[in-house]
Amino acid sequence: MKQTPEKRNALRDTPWLDPEQTPHVQLLDIRKNYGDFTAVDNISLDIYKGEFFSLLGPSGCGKTTLLRMLAGFEIPTQGRIILDGEDMSAVPPYARPVNMMFQSYALFPHMNVEKNIAFGLKQDKVPKAEIQERVAEVIELVQMQKFAKRKPHQLSGGQKQRVALARSLVKRPKMLLLDEPLGALDKKLRQDTQFELMAIQEKLGITFVIVTHDQEEAMTVSSRIAVMDHGRIVQVATPTQIYEFPNSRYVAEFIGEINIFQGVVENSDSENAAIISEEAGCRVETGRSTDIAENAHAWVAIRPEKFDISTEPPSDTRVNCMQGEVWDIGYLGNLSVYHVKLDSGKMAMAVRTNRARSIESSITWEDRVYLSWHPSAAVILSN
Amino acid sequence: MSEQNEIGFISNDPPHRAPGPIGSLHASLLAYTPYRWLAGKLAASGLRVRHLVIAVPYIWLLLFFLAPFLIVFKLSFSEYRIAIPPYAPIFEFIDQTYLQVRLSIDNYRLLFQDSLYIQAYLNSVRVAGISTLLTLLIGYPIAYSMVKARPRTRFILLMLVILPFWTSFLIRVYAWIGILKNEGLLNAFLLKIGLISEPLSLLNTDIAVYIGIVYSYLPFMILPLYANLEKMDMSLIEAATDLGCKPVPAFWKITLPLSLPGIVAGCFLVFIPAVGEFVIPDLLGGPDTLMIGKVLWTEFFNNLDWPLSSAVAVLLLLLLIVPIVLFQRHQQKTAESH
Ligand SMILES: Nc1ncnc2c1ncn2[C@@H]1O[C@H](COP(=O)(O)OP(=O)(O)OP(=O)(O)O)[C@@H](O)[C@H]1O
Ligand SMILES: [Mg+2]
Repeated sequence: MKQTPEKRNALRDTPWLDPEQTPHVQLLDIRKNYGDFTAVDNISLDIYKGEFFSLLGPSGCGKTTLLRMLAGFEIPTQGRIILDGEDMSAVPPYARPVNMMFQSYALFPHMNVEKNIAFGLKQDKVPKAEIQERVAEVIELVQMQKFAKRKPHQLSGGQKQRVALARSLVKRPKMLLLDEPLGALDKKLRQDTQFELMAIQEKLGITFVIVTHDQEEAMTVSSRIAVMDHGRIVQVATPTQIYEFPNSRYVAEFIGEINIFQGVVENSDSENAAIISEEAGCRVETGRSTDIAENAHAWVAIRPEKFDISTEPPSDTRVNCMQGEVWDIGYLGNLSVYHVKLDSGKMAMAVRTNRARSIESSITWEDRVYLSWHPSAAVILSN
Repeated sequence: MSEQNEIGFISNDPPHRAPGPIGSLHASLLAYTPYRWLAGKLAASGLRVRHLVIAVPYIWLLLFFLAPFLIVFKLSFSEYRIAIPPYAPIFEFIDQTYLQVRLSIDNYRLLFQDSLYIQAYLNSVRVAGISTLLTLLIGYPIAYSMVKARPRTRFILLMLVILPFWTSFLIRVYAWIGILKNEGLLNAFLLKIGLISEPLSLLNTDIAVYIGIVYSYLPFMILPLYANLEKMDMSLIEAATDLGCKPVPAFWKITLPLSLPGIVAGCFLVFIPAVGEFVIPDLLGGPDTLMIGKVLWTEFFNNLDWPLSSAVAVLLLLLLIVPIVLFQRHQQKTAESH
């Protein structure tokens, strides 16, 4: 199937939607066992050239193990890794066109910044003049010119992290692996560095695979996110898709805040699905189809910011509307968080931006409120 | 903030200022009457009481190291005579009027004139140097494989290294006589497997001395190396590998330079005592194994020349001070860079 130029263009930023693209890295049915413990469980994954791909998941779910298999430090118990069409199984770490930025930075303490960065090039017997040139180039890229002669112990955490990044970039790897690269930085520096990382990645066009358990970070930097749980990948999608259309309760609850109500599918056709939820106390219409059978159990998930919260009842209180009493209010400056005790006894959380300055906003403790939402805001989950 | 802390770990009390290690040592020492008495006297004279704690090791060194040394030092300038004690006094009142001071540098002159002593010093340094190198070559792989072993095995290996300390050093050296002598275990074994047709004469040779020193001092090499290698960050090796360095070059470029402090510490711990070693060359060495420790013993006990043996000891100390100062410098430098 030939594609039109417009379509091509549109697909440039979403290569995973383009059937003509071949993936840059392919994980084929990868499994890693430690004794009888399975750290990574049958993962198959395609990552495309120039992606900023995040592995996100709780502690111990196998992110580092997966990354270390890509780097070659761990050998998969089963499965293959294909990089640029080449099977990496038999390639030792020192021969892989892949570099890793370590969580602990792993800078060589007995070498200064320049020597640390030049180390990789020296191993490849790159001519001296070229080494100098390329080292200077990456030092400039990470803005460490002033510190080139310092030893690692004379650097701050943020500076070390830059050197580690420069060291892993200088060999121009096909793929850069980053294991919680920003874990040691404070929030402000972290945010700045996230944007710098993105800028550098865009400039060099290298495929980045980053491990993090900070979901905000994953949302900010990634082209796509793989959410992992107990060695498995639960969902792979863009940040928006993950946030707006989680494919399971696990993903929904892992990323951001969400309200989940149990119910029974009442009817489901090609355009619409409706769920009767006792917990929500209403009929939920979603404006989307679902493949869950009628009369089966299902869950409705709604993000707190999708609610309209009001003391006045909407036109129809039986559809997409819940009622309850304000139990608690959290004032966060830009936002207010309302914890509402629904008539079913279940707690719901709603967030409203504080557009007006007035402190005596209309809603206060123990008020009776209505939470309503647009049909597109609710997501139906099967498990 | 702390009132909102649900877990309640944070209290509102100002934190108690913990006494430093010196302060707490001082507090516990106060239980002893002499210390309390001394502390009271010092406090009365305006000195800070806590300084007393720091003073304790210095007083110890003064009493048991500096004072004996000064006695030996003084002795080295007196003259030998056949008497009890076997030396002439340096200070003497003549006619109850004149204080006569007679400082002799004859002993030192003899040390430099008689080539025996120079030979012995040089030989000791050589034997100690070679032994140190051998211990390093044997100890490094052992320490390295101990670090690489699994935790359980590692503990067992560590115990095996320390275990020999539980038997007397002297007995262990004697045991080597049993192993090395002509009809000893080693020769019996080699004869049995047919590697040699007549026994090797190992005992009472320099080789036996090397074996004895390397065996006795190996733990002093292994332990500092082990301590150093154990805290080495293994991700550094991985980083080197990741950057294209094969495992063997990675050892030379990363592991070895980073273990240098351990190597230096181990070498000094072996070299310094080995130079003055007496027991091993005496028991395992031959009649012509010339080491300064043996010379010292002979001068002192056989010839009863206390002044000369004192001079030998003083010179030996000077000889050792050079590497010790170097060692100190090195320690300081590594301490500064970390
Ligand atoms: N060498 C090993 N031997 C045995 N088990 C291991 C080994 N390495 C990792 N594991 C186990 O594999 C699981 C996954 O570990 P991994 O380091 O990949 O987690 P992670 O997702 O990176 O977690 P974190 O966010 O805490 O870094 C963990 O349960 C861990 O205990
Ligand atoms: Mg990890």
